[in-house]
Amino acid sequence: MITRRQFLANTAKGLAGLALPAAAFEIIDPKKLFADKGGKPGLRWAFLVDTYKCVGCGLCVKACKIENEVPYDAKVSRTWVERYVITKDGKLHADSPMAARDGFTTSKIDLGDRGFEDIKAEDITKAFFVPKLCNQCEKPPCAQVCPVGATYQTEDGVVLVDRTWCIGCGYCIMACPYGVRFFHPVYHVAEKCTFCYHRIKKGLKTACVGACPFGARMIGNIKDPDDPVTKIIRTQRVGVLKSEYGTEPQVYYIGLDEEVR
Amino acid sequence: MHVHGELWTLKEFFVLPNEYIYWSVQIVMYPFMTGLVAGAFVLSSLYHVFGIKQLKDMARFALVFSFALLPVAMVPLQMHLQQPQRGIEVFMTPHFTSAIAAFGIVFSTYGAIVASEIWFVYRKYIVEMALSLRKKMDKTLSEKVLHLVYTVLTLGAYDISEEALHKDEKAVKVLAGIGIPVACFLHGYAGFIFGSVKANALWMTPLMPVIFIMSAVVSGIALCILTYTITMEIKKFRATRSKSSYALYQSKEEIKGVELHEIRMTSKYLVFFMIFAISLELLDLIFRGYTAVKTWDILRSVIYGRDFTDIFVLQYGVGNLLPFILFLIPGLTVRRSAVASILVLFGVFMMRWNVVIGGQSFSLTFDGYMHYVMPIIPTSIETFKEGLGGVLTVAALPFILFWILSKIFPVFGFEKTAH
Repeated sequence: MITRRQFLANTAKGLAGLALPAAAFEIIDPKKLFADKGGKPGLRWAFLVDTYKCVGCGLCVKACKIENEVPYDAKVSRTWVERYVITKDGKLHADSPMAARDGFTTSKIDLGDRGFEDIKAEDITKAFFVPKLCNQCEKPPCAQVCPVGATYQTEDGVVLVDRTWCIGCGYCIMACPYGVRFFHPVYHVAEKCTFCYHRIKKGLKTACVGACPFGARMIGNIKDPDDPVTKIIRTQRVGVLKSEYGTEPQVYYIGLDEEVR
Repeated sequence: MHVHGELWTLKEFFVLPNEYIYWSVQIVMYPFMTGLVAGAFVLSSLYHVFGIKQLKDMARFALVFSFALLPVAMVPLQMHLQQPQRGIEVFMTPHFTSAIAAFGIVFSTYGAIVASEIWFVYRKYIVEMALSLRKKMDKTLSEKVLHLVYTVLTLGAYDISEEALHKDEKAVKVLAGIGIPVACFLHGYAGFIFGSVKANALWMTPLMPVIFIMSAVVSGIALCILTYTITMEIKKFRATRSKSSYALYQSKEEIKGVELHEIRMTSKYLVFFMIFAISLELLDLIFRGYTAVKTWDILRSVIYGRDFTDIFVLQYGVGNLLPFILFLIPGLTVRRSAVASILVLFGVFMMRWNVVIGGQSFSLTFDGYMHYVMPIIPTSIETFKEGLGGVLTVAALPFILFWILSKIFPVFGFEKTAH
């Protein structure tokens, strides 16, 4: 038998409980808690490309292909270098022959099946090189669209592919606005730049960073304010590629031109 | 060493090293086949749900045909996977942020609905066949097999009283009713797979699912008209040859009358859905041209330049306008409707082609093009699967399946033959 007093007390308690907004509860992520308590800065890999320093030698592409066992003569690559030539008539001429694996050995622009285009030196107003690699997006569309979850993002921000799980549908290749993905010619699964995850995990630099003789490529931890890469990103004018897709790319560029695709 | 896509992709101007036509003709076949499934089902539902009596004969036919098409819708997907043995993982370990992950759920829901609807439609027939075959002494081997099939198909329910059959009818109506949104979802969702790819300037539009549904219904109805005509012609041919001896209960003239009537009715719905489909496609095109965002330059050069013949001549001209006129000229004949249906099917196929291949025919740089050269003569398994051979295989499969299915579920006049 419930008394009136008990009934009123319980009603008041119940109302108080309901009034407590759900927002008052914070769902605690164990990983986040661990990182905060550890006192160490978190880890989030980011890349910095100084386009002023790139000469288009292609040593980074060579090193990447060898390090990551992407068949040397296959016409795909985890990283590549693009050449941009803008002429006086305002036209853009750009190419990346064999992903610039052997550098740019001729001044002629590679037009694919259209052959080559010779551009006179006196017609050029500006020309430069832009190295490309996976942007390890904060919001990777490739990982979003993978139907089986074979592509995933690590805690430190790198997007990887599980070769034992990928079904090879190619949806991730379609979803990437940067064209960094392809099918591995040997394993027949989706393949991409991993920031040399196997190396950076051991404290080494990526193969491309190690191979660049001019220091055009740098990798660092964007959560560490003392990291040289972070310092540059925080204090200098840098840009990212195709921010309009909302992917929050983590490869930053110094000297990014509006012509860069 | 060839990279996947290299064998059939031609690159022009500034194209990124890893860009190829990764989704080739099999991915054109996928929405084309699912479209036929959904369209055939919607046609059959017009009779069952909305009680459009004129479509009775066509409805049963369309239902069985839709079921025959269903497993085939999965084949092109399976054929284009680089790791086909892992394809089942889409069902087993779906990753739900992906549009493709819902495939297993949508596909099996739809399959279950169509299968149960067929069961209810044919339940009386199944029971009668099972009982008559059971009574029969010294059965031939094929009769023994059929007896087993029909006995299993009864699922132990032998009640075919007036009351039970009435309940069946009710169930069919409910299932057909649920089936319409699910069929639209099945196909609209195929449109979503494309429409949600934000990296692709041609694909990304919220109209894509709706456009896909409308053209799906159009193609489904066209295929039903065509297959119905062929089946009826065969029947007519048999009726003239066998005169009275071979127990066909209808004369040639009777069949002719029914055939023409059904086709005239069905083609009205076809034209109706065609108007919707074309309006939406044109709306999309006009909107893109009018808003002319950054990507319009390259899209315009593809739509009005490189793919002009594919889009305006083959898709809109031969595949839409011509059959539209053919259907609308008064005094529609069976032959004319068959020709128009073939053209409609071709038009819808070209629409899928122009979306799937057209969407990959320009580079992410917006400054280069890719051209798909469909492999005709296969030189490897890859060029077979992603070339003409694969297309013909996929296109032939539903007819083979339909032929087998119609042995068990006769699509015409089974009420009379069952006794």
